[in-house]
Amino acid sequence: MSTLLDVEDLRVSFPTRTGVIEAVRGVSFTLGRERLGIVGESGSGKSQTGRAIMGLTAEHGVIEAKRLDFNGTDILKASKAERRALRGKRIAMILQDPKYSLNPVMTIGRQIVETLRTHEPVGKAEAKRRALDMLAAVQIRDPERVFGLYPHEVSGGMGQRAMIAMMLIAGPELLIADEPTSALDVTVQLDVLAILNRLVVERGMGLIFISHDLRLVSSFCDRVIVMYAGRIVEELPAAKLSEAQHPYTRGLLNCMPEIGADRHPLPVLDRKPEWRL
Amino acid sequence: MTPALAIDGLGVEYDDFVALDDVSLTVAPGESFGLVGESGSGKSTLLRAVAGLAPVSAGTITVDGNVLGSKRDKAFYRKVQMVFQDPYGSLHPRQTVDRLLLEPLAIHGFDDAEERIVRALDEVGLGASFRFRYSHQLSGGQRQRLAIARALILEPSILLLDEPTSALDASVQAEVLNLLEQLRATRNLTFVMVSHDLAVVTHMCDRLMVMQSGRAVEQLASTDLAARKVTQDYTRGLLTASEGFRRDPA
Ligand SMILES: Nc1ncnc2c1ncn2[C@@H]1O[C@H](COP(=O)(O)OP(=O)(O)O)[C@@H](O)[C@H]1O
Ligand SMILES: Nc1ncnc2c1ncn2[C@@H]1O[C@H](COP(=O)(O)OP(=O)(O)O)[C@@H](O)[C@H]1O
Ligand SMILES: [Mg+2]
Ligand SMILES: [Mg+2]
Repeated sequence: MSTLLDVEDLRVSFPTRTGVIEAVRGVSFTLGRERLGIVGESGSGKSQTGRAIMGLTAEHGVIEAKRLDFNGTDILKASKAERRALRGKRIAMILQDPKYSLNPVMTIGRQIVETLRTHEPVGKAEAKRRALDMLAAVQIRDPERVFGLYPHEVSGGMGQRAMIAMMLIAGPELLIADEPTSALDVTVQLDVLAILNRLVVERGMGLIFISHDLRLVSSFCDRVIVMYAGRIVEELPAAKLSEAQHPYTRGLLNCMPEIGADRHPLPVLDRKPEWRL
Repeated sequence: MTPALAIDGLGVEYDDFVALDDVSLTVAPGESFGLVGESGSGKSTLLRAVAGLAPVSAGTITVDGNVLGSKRDKAFYRKVQMVFQDPYGSLHPRQTVDRLLLEPLAIHGFDDAEERIVRALDEVGLGASFRFRYSHQLSGGQRQRLAIARALILEPSILLLDEPTSALDASVQAEVLNLLEQLRATRNLTFVMVSHDLAVVTHMCDRLMVMQSGRAVEQLASTDLAARKVTQDYTRGLLTASEGFRRDPA
């Protein structure tokens, strides 16, 4: 499988008045045209890993890496203009809450059209047609109607699908999805996953799927990276999650209630200082 | 035995929108009852109606044999307390833990506040060192423990729990669920618990009601749900979806 993304020893830190916060502390992985899951508890550095790749790290953040290579382009050495061209066109990121990603004062259709036209020289009519196709592709039943609606006029699930349509309109080769379904109902969640799945299978897109839900990730992804305190503690094939070795991974799996299991009290995580190393 | 909570033919309407339509349920003292369903199905509205926070248009709500009127009095809140999903929204961030726990005690005229605050913190596993911290200095799990301490400090017999662990990491969720179960056992509390997570509800509750569009789809025992003894397609769909993604849907 050809490598799309090569990350070696990625570090993200934030200098603050009281010291340096090391959000990501030496993360390495490669990604092909596959579904890679990144899981871990909140604060473990999942989003900051995705943001660094996408070029969305907060201004005062410091990014270092031995290698951060996207399809032959050194992301760290790229100029601002080159990075902007990458972002949206070839690499896209879906954020957790569509409310913060969609512009509240612009209709959904216009946002998608404008996103497309900043990346491709297409005419208005052509852009609109492609936007409608994309809305249909993310399983929005009445694309013409939704095209003209404002973000607050649609449900959470619909907003998230519109957001995905906007991120996918330029046909990215790599999609970073940061908890794209955490705010959705289980049934809607599965619809969104089916859309992402089809893009990987049919278009050969690479997908980084960030989630705190270990079980969901293992049912959806090919490989899973488990993060703790800014580091990868374990990497394994998703299908082999039940054979995880690291006590953190096993603890995360065990502490979730399960339908039909009768475990009272639930096992809790007993965090060991050596996990941080 | 008199039910701890009985709801009969409950309707709630916001202007013209029917949020709850003819919903009935009965919860025995000491029982733990769950509400599941997709977002917007009316789960929170049901809890809010019991707490007197939703516009009831039909039906009756009975607590310990007493039919509730349209206003809730102080005695009601000594018996029934509510814990919300968002530990950030429900506690004032600029108040200390001490102040937040003192407030309900002052409203209800307790004179042994000191003793109760110390005991409440201990019970939810926060310890005395947290007492003078501000609530915004607490982690999500700690804030939810505080919300539980605040709800329990008046020694209610019924706790209404609205997605109490949905905003928490799985490991923290397990700790809070264990705490709730232990408190229910030691205090013989009655729970009505809302969650969108079937696994959480079946873990915590003896029986549950499945809701959709403001209506009850079915009521069943958690053990029946686990054994797939369900009568409605909607429930079956929820159950299948909660098993995760399937590469090749049949
Ligand atoms: N702008 C920032 N300034 C300082 N610290 C930050 C900033 N953004 C994130 N962090 C810290 O980086 C760590 C990792 O955060 P994040 O990647 O968002 O975690 P996750 O997505 O796994 O929940 C956390 O400790 C967080 O507090
Ligand atoms: N204050 C309100 N005004 C108008 N509609 C409301 C209000 N509160 C809730 N609703 C509506 O009632 C329905 C049920 O909401 P809710 O009980 O919060 O659902 P759930 O908790 O199951 O997600 C939703 O369609 C919601 O939009
Ligand atoms: Mg995150
Ligand atoms: Mg709700």
